[in-house]
Amino acid sequence: MKTKRLLLGDEAFALGAINAGLSGAYAYPGTPSTEILEFVQKDPVARERGIHSHWSSNEKTAMEEALGMSFCGKRSMTSMKHVGLNVAADPFVNSAMTGANGGLLVVAADDPSMHSSQNEQDSRFYADFAMIPLLEPSSQQEAYDMAAYGFELSERLAIPVVVRFVTRLSHSRAVVECHDEPAPENSLHYPANPLQWVLMPAMSKRRNRQLIADQESFERASEESPFNKYIEGADHRVGIVASGVAFNYLMECFDGNPPFPVLKISQYPLPKKSLRRLYDSCDSLLVLEEGQPVIERQLRGVFDAGKKIYGKLSGDVVRDGELSPDAVRASILKVRPDVKGLSEGAIHGDSDVVVSRPPALCPGCGHRDVYAALNAALAEYESPKVFGDIGCYTLGFLKPFSAIDTCVDMGASITMAKGASDAGQFPAVAIIGDSTFTHSGMTGLLDAINEDTSMLVIISDNLTTGMTGGQDSQGTGKLEEICLGLGANPAHVRTIDSLPKNVEEMKQLFKEEIEHKGLSVVISRRECIQTARRHAGAKKA
Amino acid sequence: MKTDIVLAGVGGQGILTIATILGAAALKENLFLKQAEVHGMSQRGGDVQSNLRISSSPIHSDLIPLGGADLIVSLEPMEALRYLPYLKESGWIVTNTQPFVNIDNYPEMEKVEAELARHPHVVAFNMDEVAKEVATARSSNLVLLGAASPFIEMDPEKITEAIAAVFGSKGEKIVESNIAAFREGRVRATEKM
Ligand code: SF4
Repeated sequence: MKTKRLLLGDEAFALGAINAGLSGAYAYPGTPSTEILEFVQKDPVARERGIHSHWSSNEKTAMEEALGMSFCGKRSMTSMKHVGLNVAADPFVNSAMTGANGGLLVVAADDPSMHSSQNEQDSRFYADFAMIPLLEPSSQQEAYDMAAYGFELSERLAIPVVVRFVTRLSHSRAVVECHDEPAPENSLHYPANPLQWVLMPAMSKRRNRQLIADQESFERASEESPFNKYIEGADHRVGIVASGVAFNYLMECFDGNPPFPVLKISQYPLPKKSLRRLYDSCDSLLVLEEGQPVIERQLRGVFDAGKKIYGKLSGDVVRDGELSPDAVRASILKVRPDVKGLSEGAIHGDSDVVVSRPPALCPGCGHRDVYAALNAALAEYESPKVFGDIGCYTLGFLKPFSAIDTCVDMGASITMAKGASDAGQFPAVAIIGDSTFTHSGMTGLLDAINEDTSMLVIISDNLTTGMTGGQDSQGTGKLEEICLGLGANPAHVRTIDSLPKNVEEMKQLFKEEIEHKGLSVVISRRECIQTARRHAGAKKA
Repeated sequence: MKTDIVLAGVGGQGILTIATILGAAALKENLFLKQAEVHGMSQRGGDVQSNLRISSSPIHSDLIPLGGADLIVSLEPMEALRYLPYLKESGWIVTNTQPFVNIDNYPEMEKVEAELARHPHVVAFNMDEVAKEVATARSSNLVLLGAASPFIEMDPEKITEAIAAVFGSKGEKIVESNIAAFREGRVRATEKM
């Protein structure tokens, strides 16, 4: 039996995984991947089966935990945003060397257009780099189907499989047909080749040769994949390679019937035979792919010697920002101005009354009081520098606070403030949230503690992971102990409630600790008002 | 049938509830649906929009092309204007006229109203007031859904059923008040069409 459900791309995949016998999901929240683990946490089958779904401290720990479960023969997955894969890169790349025992899916959700991210990196490069297969769903239904398919592929090829999402699929809902009867979980069983899991040079050398030899079977799997499709077309002046969601935009432009032959790509490594078939039968190729020009680069090569290839590198497809039906339409018109059957495009121009409305910290958010106090404390210094981090409090960069000088990656506030202090910067202040602190701030703090670096670290603790919608934070209730346990001087680990009435006191506290010649930590604490509201609502109900 | 809707508003105003209700109704009616929304940083008081596409045949893209929307449905007047390039020639704008001012340079209301008035197909009224009159201050989004409903080829009774299903867990009273807001929105829009 099948039922129809309305699901986000993220949710469709999570449900597909549960229905395919998932035993453990591991993740750190990050837009647009967060809803995958959230779905597992709420799903009745997952709860009944006790499928693991706690948040991990960061993407690296999540990846390793999932790998450990795969070692024991069970199906596991880890999900993260694209930049999370940077954090998990060490275990990720090495998981290609260990291979998988139980099916292992690594979900990376890219954010082209940077709706809520700091760059547009394309996770397909990572799969290529690690030499492992990748699936790129183009619809919510494919996202659902690819979970079971991916587990099976991972077990058959004995390798982790990457599943690449993009924001528009992760955060778009559609009707999905799902199975009613979840498959049983795998039983505990150990790898057939245990030596492969000990990555010491002697074993790794042998394994590396195997991984290289396996590329052929990975490619064959792509060639035979039900998700890669060759669609005939009458007009052979252009052949179109369209991957992931770009395929949808192409279909939208021609209402489902493009006049050109199309190769839809949703599984990598690239199916070379199918590409060859398209290339041989057409005068030129147009490559439509969401993200960076991954396919186009491979097709073009260094010498770019063959038929004309249109794409992002040739300037025929927009290179930055996400694609849209409009961007794809413009590219097709550029390549074939005489094409018939395209949709019309805009009729009304932009309204000149409209102004931009940037996001801001919620009214009543505790971070506001922290910034008010910090700005007041720093007003007396000539050139204070404040190193920010990733979270709601990054919005402290915007007016009216204009309070931070940098925002780079998870945890970089503390380590960059340390480097700045080492360089002679005074005052050097780091501001980091509680969840980001336990994700990647603790190790940097240890560096600063060990050298008693003269700097102030503010941990603005809202008792949650606020930016992504209020997930449990791993350090809640433990932050002072963590700092003291790392060896911070107890006289300079101080705590205050970040309430409007405490702004003056907070300012004094910041000033004292800035003047302290050594490392200070101030934990300013107030629950995120969004989660507080939800908690209050839950109590009432 | 095929209706492409750009839902607009400011983060936290509740436009996604409208999408949830129409989604539930579409699912029940065996229609196809795609609904793209934005999460994360942009939700914090910034402009938010959601593309909602409902159709009796399969839908390709999660995003509505420029010039492709049948409707712009907005909880805020300036936000309605932000998406004009997405509107079809024959498309309608259905919007609340109560501004949400959380920026210093919000345009003068006369200018916003004039720009809306220039458009041939507009249903605009103060939905916050109507919500307060017939339900609660928080139901302006249901008034808006009601006002948009004459432009969506779906039986309004089916939408009412979906409202009951979506709010069911919150109790009879909330369901009734939301349905009242929906009905009043529909009546007001029909008067203005
Ligand atoms: S979601 Fe929470 S932490 Fe983020 S701005 Fe709002 S109140 Fe502050």
